[in-house]
Amino acid sequence: MAAPGNIPSPASDTGYRSLIGPLLLPTWAVIGIFMVLPVLLMAVYSFLTKEFRGGVIWDFTLAAYDQFFVTRGLFGDEPAQIEWTYIAIFWRSIWQAGLATILCLLIGFPTAWFIATRPAQTRGLWLFLITIPYWVNLLIRTVSLKFLIRDNGPLNESLMGIGLIDGPLPLVNTNLAVQLGLFYSYLPFMVLPIYAAVERYNFALSEAAADLYASRWATLREIVLPVVKPGIIGGCILVFVPSLGAFLAPDLLGGAKTFMIGSLIDEQFKGSQGNWPFGAAVAMILMTLVLIVILFYARAQARGVTR
Amino acid sequence: MSIAVDIRDAVKSYGPVTALHGVSLAIADNEFFTLLGPSGCGKTTLLRLIAGFETITSGEIRLFGQNIAQLEPNHRPVNTVFQQYALFPHLTVTDNVAFGLKMQGVDAPTRRARAGQMLEMVHLSQFADRMPAQLSGGQQQRVALARALAPAPKVLLLDEPLSALDLKLRQAMRVELKQLQEETGITFVFVTHDQEEALTMSDRIAVMSNGRVQQTGTAREIYEAPVNRFVADFIGETNLLQVEVESVSQGLATLTLPGGHRITCPSASTTIGRHHLSIRPERLTISPDADLLATVDRVVYLGTDLQVIAHLDGSQPITLRLQNAARITPPAPGQRIGLHLEEGAARLLAD
Repeated sequence: MAAPGNIPSPASDTGYRSLIGPLLLPTWAVIGIFMVLPVLLMAVYSFLTKEFRGGVIWDFTLAAYDQFFVTRGLFGDEPAQIEWTYIAIFWRSIWQAGLATILCLLIGFPTAWFIATRPAQTRGLWLFLITIPYWVNLLIRTVSLKFLIRDNGPLNESLMGIGLIDGPLPLVNTNLAVQLGLFYSYLPFMVLPIYAAVERYNFALSEAAADLYASRWATLREIVLPVVKPGIIGGCILVFVPSLGAFLAPDLLGGAKTFMIGSLIDEQFKGSQGNWPFGAAVAMILMTLVLIVILFYARAQARGVTR
Repeated sequence: MSIAVDIRDAVKSYGPVTALHGVSLAIADNEFFTLLGPSGCGKTTLLRLIAGFETITSGEIRLFGQNIAQLEPNHRPVNTVFQQYALFPHLTVTDNVAFGLKMQGVDAPTRRARAGQMLEMVHLSQFADRMPAQLSGGQQQRVALARALAPAPKVLLLDEPLSALDLKLRQAMRVELKQLQEETGITFVFVTHDQEEALTMSDRIAVMSNGRVQQTGTAREIYEAPVNRFVADFIGETNLLQVEVESVSQGLATLTLPGGHRITCPSASTTIGRHHLSIRPERLTISPDADLLATVDRVVYLGTDLQVIAHLDGSQPITLRLQNAARITPPAPGQRIGLHLEEGAARLLAD
């Protein structure tokens, strides 16, 4: 029989609990210093006045947001109108990121499905192969991609060599090149969440659907896709959000014609041409947009659970 | 009586491994037919061949005369109740039940009405709008049953549907399944490793082991007239005694029991020599009119029964069951007892 003293007293229980706070301190510190603080700083900067050689003057104003949304003509003396320049860049970015997301989904879903349906002992190897290219720095990979697709690069040279084309395909500095860059950069972010969802998928459900007269296509549409949907949506967010703010791929592969938000922000913090409050404001607007996307996702998820 | 499922020389191989060695079975229309055997005996493989989840290596499967061996599962008019139910987690109970009808192109109001009827039949009407995860195991099992019955299949296949339920629920579901089969008139092909389940529900049972059908018959036939050691041993408890067969004529064998007593009994074999004799423990009685002499080792109290574990003079073990009635005085360990074989209690096996 246990002695009364062996029963853990409420006092020692709260003793453990009181330790949790101090133990979480490093975590809170990291989150606070590296996530919350920079975002707050950016929010504050977006309301400050710009200094001409970069930096800010502590003078609160809405000038940065005004610059983004409103135009008063070249000399600022005309009636206020909507400024379309930056909205167009946003729109192009959304469009590019959306297209890259769809591309990643079309390639990533079958890839994830393939890996998840291999024998358990070889799945690790396939996932490993998927991640190998990502051990190399993104900048180097993007530059390599540019070398591959440029006019006298291996792709064009070999296509001309076998006589398929007469002159080089103009790939660099096109939307296609940006797409290729985004797709290549973010494909694993699509594959991994879908893989995780498909791996958990109970294939008896597909048998049950076939048993209940569903064709293969109907099984995919009615059962497989709805059940692995959280993985698909997760993958789409993980590709869409960084694609939206990407600046390496559009900068290196796209050039001036395919200017995206990432490059716009990047430019504001470079050299004497920069405008820190404006860069911060663009980043805030981008973040708001991303938050709205995620909010929609969260609400869709919540509906799925309560239904 | 027409034949619902006719399986002829069905062979299923996975590379070098053969799961079914030429199984032939004829399952009658409106029959509750059970495939019974230990795990790995091929019973589930056979069921999956009928459903179409596995392709047959050679042989034929006929459904009401039509060879369905090459049809995809979604073109076979059979439905399955899966072992782990395999309910669609993102659909409500009603949508689960109506799924088969939806795939068949039945319009929404009709299939909702039909799903409602099915849920009423399995007493789950009040759960129609729940998600499967909000139901207990027993309720999920009923949904799986309703879902498989909703398209009114010609044959219902059940893959160990009760194995995940607790004992009380399992016993209640046995009665319900049998009633449901009688009410709907649908042929049930039921797979189980539980012999009690098989004996209580089935019209006929096929006992399988090692990819072969060992014996097909009614519960009484396979229990009382097992053809070989496997069936005698797998179905219920039995005593297997080595005996010497002297002569066999017209299905009756004359043989010598251990201890020298001679009896005649029905025989599945026609050869003389060494054979196994199966004696059910409850068909032995303690009596001065003894066919066998034994020494009691232990008496185990089982509630309704007393199990007496003893050994014969040749040291072969033998077990008997006595009903726990007031007039019984159980034998004591070490006591020598005479055992009397009731008429028809012993059965000579083929191997």
